[in-house]
Amino acid sequence: MSLAMSDLTLALPELFLAGAAMLLLMLGVFRKEDSARVVLVLALLVLTVTLVLAYGVTPKTGRATSFGGLFLVDDFTRFAKVLVLVATAFTLAISRTWMEKEEIARFEYPVLVLFATLGMLMMISANDLMALYLGLETQSLALYVMAAYHRDNARSTESGLKYFVLGALASGLLLYGASLVYGFVGATNFETIAKALASHHAPQGLIIGLAFLVAGLAFKVAAVPFHMWTPDVYEGAPTPVTAFFAIGPKIAAFALLVRVLTGPFGPMVEAWQQLVVFLAAASMIVGAFAAIGQTNIKRLMAYSSIGHAGYALVGLAVGNREGISGLLLYLAIYLAMNLGTFGIILAMRVKGRAVEGISDLAGLARTSPMMALMLAVFMFSMAGIPPLAGFFGKLYVFLAAVNAGHIILALIGVLSSAVAAYYYLRIVKVMYFDEPAEALDRPIGPTLAVVLAGSLVFIVFFFLVPSPLVGGAEHAASVLFH
Amino acid sequence: MDALLHEYFPILIFLGIAVAISVIAVAASWIVASQHPDREKDSPYECGFEAFGDARGKFDVRFYLVSILFIIFDLEVAFLFPWAVSLGKIGLFGFWSMMLFLGVLTIGFIYEWRKGALEWE
Repeated sequence: MSLAMSDLTLALPELFLAGAAMLLLMLGVFRKEDSARVVLVLALLVLTVTLVLAYGVTPKTGRATSFGGLFLVDDFTRFAKVLVLVATAFTLAISRTWMEKEEIARFEYPVLVLFATLGMLMMISANDLMALYLGLETQSLALYVMAAYHRDNARSTESGLKYFVLGALASGLLLYGASLVYGFVGATNFETIAKALASHHAPQGLIIGLAFLVAGLAFKVAAVPFHMWTPDVYEGAPTPVTAFFAIGPKIAAFALLVRVLTGPFGPMVEAWQQLVVFLAAASMIVGAFAAIGQTNIKRLMAYSSIGHAGYALVGLAVGNREGISGLLLYLAIYLAMNLGTFGIILAMRVKGRAVEGISDLAGLARTSPMMALMLAVFMFSMAGIPPLAGFFGKLYVFLAAVNAGHIILALIGVLSSAVAAYYYLRIVKVMYFDEPAEALDRPIGPTLAVVLAGSLVFIVFFFLVPSPLVGGAEHAASVLFH
Repeated sequence: MDALLHEYFPILIFLGIAVAISVIAVAASWIVASQHPDREKDSPYECGFEAFGDARGKFDVRFYLVSILFIIFDLEVAFLFPWAVSLGKIGLFGFWSMMLFLGVLTIGFIYEWRKGALEWE
């Protein structure tokens, strides 16, 4: 066996990212004082170049595999990779000030982000159960360390340990499922599995294997009932890490889940559809109700992200082209909304100390009206109020569900959004109508301001020019159903 | 299916023999030997002496660090062995794949060295 150049070109973004991450690790460890800042700036540069490469690598036939069929590139992977890289670059950029103020800015953080991103890109491009596992573990191992990154902080180490133990359990479930699938089909390659399933009736054991695979992946997207780790990990991890967790890895896990279910298990759509319908409905309901009593904003965002995973899963539950394109669009909008909201949370400091209670936002409209306005817009968007972007995200997935006859699922979605609107709007109420608490520190720094403004513009003006993103999502989804 | 089960039949026999021998060993010593337990005989001991300390002693965390770092390179040898045996068949591609793998490990090694993870004090 040997490897042609064309094979390597397909994996160029990943190869570049891997090499650059290792170089930066060496640079950081050999450099004396300012290693944290230098490595972070270079890591952003690396992510930008990887983004250009990931966008630029397009196989002539629209779809190509390499590394003996383990690695796949098509327009779906391209769309998902661009989303993940944008999310990673922005969350890394806004982490710097916070890390420096907490005095935990070390060069390992950007390097870990790069390794986690490498894992995510490999997950997205996986075309084999083994490649899937390799990508997932590359990502997860970096994430476990990142959760415990503030190692002198008891809550951070606790969240890292919890994430590790539960993540290892999920990996075990996934591996068990993969071994059952291999046992009953005799192949790990996605295309071979799809062919085998299309021509033969699926045996019972395979359905069990599929259920375990879905359970392992549902853990990674934090869908109910595999969501228990989310609130504790999101609350305990350092805030920039939480922002990173909430966006990039989630998008990558969704891309992987979509690929696995529509690709190798496409012929078994009836078997997995009921699982995903349950995951979607349960996530939407739990995400809406469990967030109501929260007082810590990071914990609230954890439940909010569970709810959003539910809405995105509605698109997958529909299982057709329209549903998947709705899911991809939802993820893109979710990216902008979460980036903005976490940007505000990162700016929540009182006299140099980071605060994360919802009550700390009281009267923000009077102490810093601009920040209050931005957070209000993000909250309205999350609640799905037109004409903000969040509304269109929900509209597309619910529309797909109704068109495919999943009326009850759409109904649960609409009702749970109405419940979820309560806690999003409560934050607006606290900011605008409560007696002011201590004012938050100003200024928030140029990077954060630019990212906040960018998310705001995207969310407010999305409805004017939706076609590039909607078209891109539709095209990416269409290659899954050729 | 039958052929598959047939292949596993020796394992079933092996399992049966293993269970039988262990049950016989325990049961025979239970039945044949005369037993007169007393306080002294039942008390825990270390090499004939009474236990000096608590069994749940704390180890220095550095032992764990060293053992974790050791395991990485121990596993590397486990990969190197089949690679070395089959090097004639896998050719240049196989050779450079392993060199790449070793290169990645070396970067990890340089990192831990520079970070002082290998120094005891």
